[in-house]
Amino acid sequence: MTTRTTRERKGLRLAQREAIWAYVFLAVPLAFFATIRFWPALQSFRLSLFTWHVDPARRQFIGFDYYQELLRNPVFHQALKNTLLYAAIVVPGSMLLGLLIALLLQNVGRGRSLYRAIYFAPYITPAVAVAWVWGWMYNYNFGIINTLLIEWWSFLERIGLERFAVEPQRFLTDPDKALYSVAAVIVWQQLGFQVVIFLAGLQGIPRVFYEAARIDGANAWHLFRHVTLPLLNPVIVFSVIITTIASLQLFDQIVNINFTDQGGPLNRTLSIAVYMYQEAFGRARMGYAAAVTVVLFLLILIVTLVQLRLTQRRVEY
Amino acid sequence: MRHSGMRFPGMRPIVRTLLVAAAFALATAQAQVAITYWQYDFATRIDAMNQLIEQFNAENPDVVVTQETFPYDAYQQRVAASLAAGEGPDVVQLFYGWVGPWQRAGYIEPLPKEHFADEWIQDYFIPMVESVNIGGDYYGLPTAVRALALFYNKDQFREVGLDPDSPPTTWDEFIEAAKMLTTQRGPRFERIGFGIAPNGQDHHLVRTVLMNQLGTPPYSDDNTEVLYGNEIGAEALAFYTSWQTEHEIGVAEFMPGNNGYREGFYTQENISMIIDGSFAIGAVRTNAQFDWGVAELPTFDNGVKANFGSFWMNGLTPNATADPAKLEAASRFIKFVTSEEAMQIWLDVVGELPAAKTMVADPELTADPVYGAFIAGLAYAEATQFVDEAGQRDAMVNAINRVLLEGVDPMTSILQAAAEDQALLDAANTQ
Amino acid sequence: MAFRPRVPTGVSVVPVADAALERGLHASAAAPRRRRVNGWVLLSYVLLTVGALAMVFPFAWMLLSSFKEYRAILSFQIWPERFTLVNYVEVLTRTAFPRWFLNSVIVAVGTTASVLFFCALVGYVLAKLRFPGKNLIFVGILATLMVPTEMLVIPWFVMSADLGWVNTYWGLMFPGLIPGFGVFLMRQFFQTLPSDLFDAGRIDGVSEFGLFWRIGLPLVGPGLGALGIFAFIGNWNAFLWPLIVGQDASMRTIPVGISNFSAEAATQWNLIMSASALAIVPVLIVFFIFQKQIIEGVVLTGVKG
Repeated sequence: MTTRTTRERKGLRLAQREAIWAYVFLAVPLAFFATIRFWPALQSFRLSLFTWHVDPARRQFIGFDYYQELLRNPVFHQALKNTLLYAAIVVPGSMLLGLLIALLLQNVGRGRSLYRAIYFAPYITPAVAVAWVWGWMYNYNFGIINTLLIEWWSFLERIGLERFAVEPQRFLTDPDKALYSVAAVIVWQQLGFQVVIFLAGLQGIPRVFYEAARIDGANAWHLFRHVTLPLLNPVIVFSVIITTIASLQLFDQIVNINFTDQGGPLNRTLSIAVYMYQEAFGRARMGYAAAVTVVLFLLILIVTLVQLRLTQRRVEY
Repeated sequence: MRHSGMRFPGMRPIVRTLLVAAAFALATAQAQVAITYWQYDFATRIDAMNQLIEQFNAENPDVVVTQETFPYDAYQQRVAASLAAGEGPDVVQLFYGWVGPWQRAGYIEPLPKEHFADEWIQDYFIPMVESVNIGGDYYGLPTAVRALALFYNKDQFREVGLDPDSPPTTWDEFIEAAKMLTTQRGPRFERIGFGIAPNGQDHHLVRTVLMNQLGTPPYSDDNTEVLYGNEIGAEALAFYTSWQTEHEIGVAEFMPGNNGYREGFYTQENISMIIDGSFAIGAVRTNAQFDWGVAELPTFDNGVKANFGSFWMNGLTPNATADPAKLEAASRFIKFVTSEEAMQIWLDVVGELPAAKTMVADPELTADPVYGAFIAGLAYAEATQFVDEAGQRDAMVNAINRVLLEGVDPMTSILQAAAEDQALLDAANTQ
Repeated sequence: MAFRPRVPTGVSVVPVADAALERGLHASAAAPRRRRVNGWVLLSYVLLTVGALAMVFPFAWMLLSSFKEYRAILSFQIWPERFTLVNYVEVLTRTAFPRWFLNSVIVAVGTTASVLFFCALVGYVLAKLRFPGKNLIFVGILATLMVPTEMLVIPWFVMSADLGWVNTYWGLMFPGLIPGFGVFLMRQFFQTLPSDLFDAGRIDGVSEFGLFWRIGLPLVGPGLGALGIFAFIGNWNAFLWPLIVGQDASMRTIPVGISNFSAEAATQWNLIMSASALAIVPVLIVFFIFQKQIIEGVVLTGVKG
């Protein structure tokens, strides 16, 4: 009896100690988040209720006017549609490809470092250079993609199969195609991130599980389905949530790739973050931009909470 | 020794004199007003401004002006953040089209009438300066202005049999010339006669040049009403878009990038003509390795001339107006950099046209083979008063793109642009 | 027949894990063992090579462009007619690139050090410690990722101006010192570690910090490797905030400096390409250093039971 009570008490003490130390460790980081992230974000949110003026005394309270304007604004609607479409393409696209590449990389022995570096290269290339190169590759008149398509076309013509030819495309100027062209560039660039993350995750799986599984007679598919995937789950969850959050906030690549018209032809590549930025700094409407920020924040929050809820149900190691 | 004023018993006269001199210097130094000037990073502009600042500081020992520069791409971000924190410049250079949003956001203040009399402004500067008059107050003054003109490749003219010294004077001649210059290769172009660039200067071309030439100014005099939501506006838009859709003398996004249409002209030589502002002269001069010329913008058969002028101007921020001594010193500085001597330095170093009536009339400038066309254009150029240049630009660029990319008919497209534009005017005018 | 993975039982997990890991490490570092999956290996090579061409082509074009003169860059020829170093010379000697480089290095290295430590610590706490409010704090930290930093720059600048942080390295670094995404990443990696490990350590009398520092941290090497890379790159390529807070020309970082090469009527692509190419070098170095960490994975200095 006495032993159990002692153990109970020791347990309680340990638990308390744990909680206290948790808060001790969290003190500085939480203070950081509060002052550097929460407080400025709240200030930004507050701005959405006022007209913008550098002199705080001359800002006028207008309540939810900007939100009403937002909801009626066709450019915002387009930006919202675009942003959701970006997320729908980039998240599965980059993750599936990234996982595939990471798995392939595990398979090869020689040249692994070189391959890793090559797959990572786009991720580390400065955005302005990426945008420039792709802008040139996509160019209707001179771009190499269209040049190759034309070569392919004449080749097919010679052998009488021109029905399979693909016409040169206006990748960046066709309102219907522009977004997909930009999304392709984003997937291309984000692959490096996914590959590194999944590589790190794969490396974290102790070999002992594969050994044990193989002893039990599992083949490659079983190994993947029942060892790799479950043990990669924490990393997969991380990647899904982070990539979604990042896709909903796409800014750098979009701003740089459509140089002449930052929103793309007829605003068809405009993302919410770019729209917000244009309003804040191109038209000096900080209050309205703040309203856009709040709406974007709520959108991302809801999506993330749903994702967290869905992924919590799976059994984690 | 006895002295009626200060008395420092036991001190040598020389020491006393030195002390007095030091105290005087200190007092003057403390009375020196510090003015910060901001403009964007560009070698020749920084050069010119440094020269001006040096001269000003020498002539005005009670003021010290320093210049800070930053990338062109991040202009508004910098200004917004700094002014919001109560820091930043006292005198800032801004594009005239930004005057609406900047005034509403409080980034710039009206020029004080006691230092800048209305009559003086209207007498001295060319009329374009009215476009930054909001509610009777002027918000900045320019050192230099720009207008549009037609840049053309003389070598290519010769090549196709056109006379390089008689550039097109009417739009019909222009289209004919461009057709001769355009070459195709399969479904794509090898060289285009005209560098179509809706988001470059072409939206100004449609709004300010073509519409005026066809009979309607884009906005009413009091800037409350959009005047192009009608057949004339549609005609202007239809005419411009026909260059791509019907006559095929050019195509948008021929060369990629913001400066694509320029780079195609002066480096790649696959664009024969562009319509651009005088600020492009420097880049063309540096890069073109062919014989090039500049001509006044063509007209329709009715002979009506129109041109779009613009300028960067020097304005006062709340930092300057907060303190009367600063305000006076900053005003003095603005007057200095808009003086005729300053405009001459700017013209020599940066290559941009002066903003003063007297200097624009200079016969030497008018006769210059390059500047001449721009000076001629300045005489009838209008600097469209924008309430929100970014928004209004979008409206017109989208109008053009709807026709070019989606095949919408020009009337529908221009009506939509007019409606969006009107909404912007309404929003700005009610504040 | 359903297949279930089996963890060897009856033995305390740690030494077995250690030994197996050791074996596994050597196994993975060596060439793939000769098995019936040779066909898979060949296929992997083929797929990877095809993909690699697509990945590297634009990058190679950028690199090749940096060796071309300005006019040649604007042509659509990929291979330079004439290789020239003139762009690099100009960038290194006639712009302030060396200064930008130094600033970028200081900011990126300093921030990355902070990121590694604090994100690991907070990630560990959120993954392995039990205390009230844990989920709320986690979601709260995630929430900080949901506001684009573009909107925070003005409050940050007002704060910096008040506290005298403008034009200082601290000013350049402070917003990125503890990124929420890093916390999330480390939390996931710590979650893969068995809790018994820490309970055992706790009962053995290891301090709470020791549990983190000596037991947990060494086992999440791959996570730290990945985080290090991303933190470094993120800070290396940051543009807007360094532009705003680094008002002096002497405080510019590389992205801010490169943006100077675009002006109203002309873009100096030759300088942009060569500066971008130079900017990649340190990142590649960091990548190679940290990827060793990812690959070599676990550092075997854990407490042996």
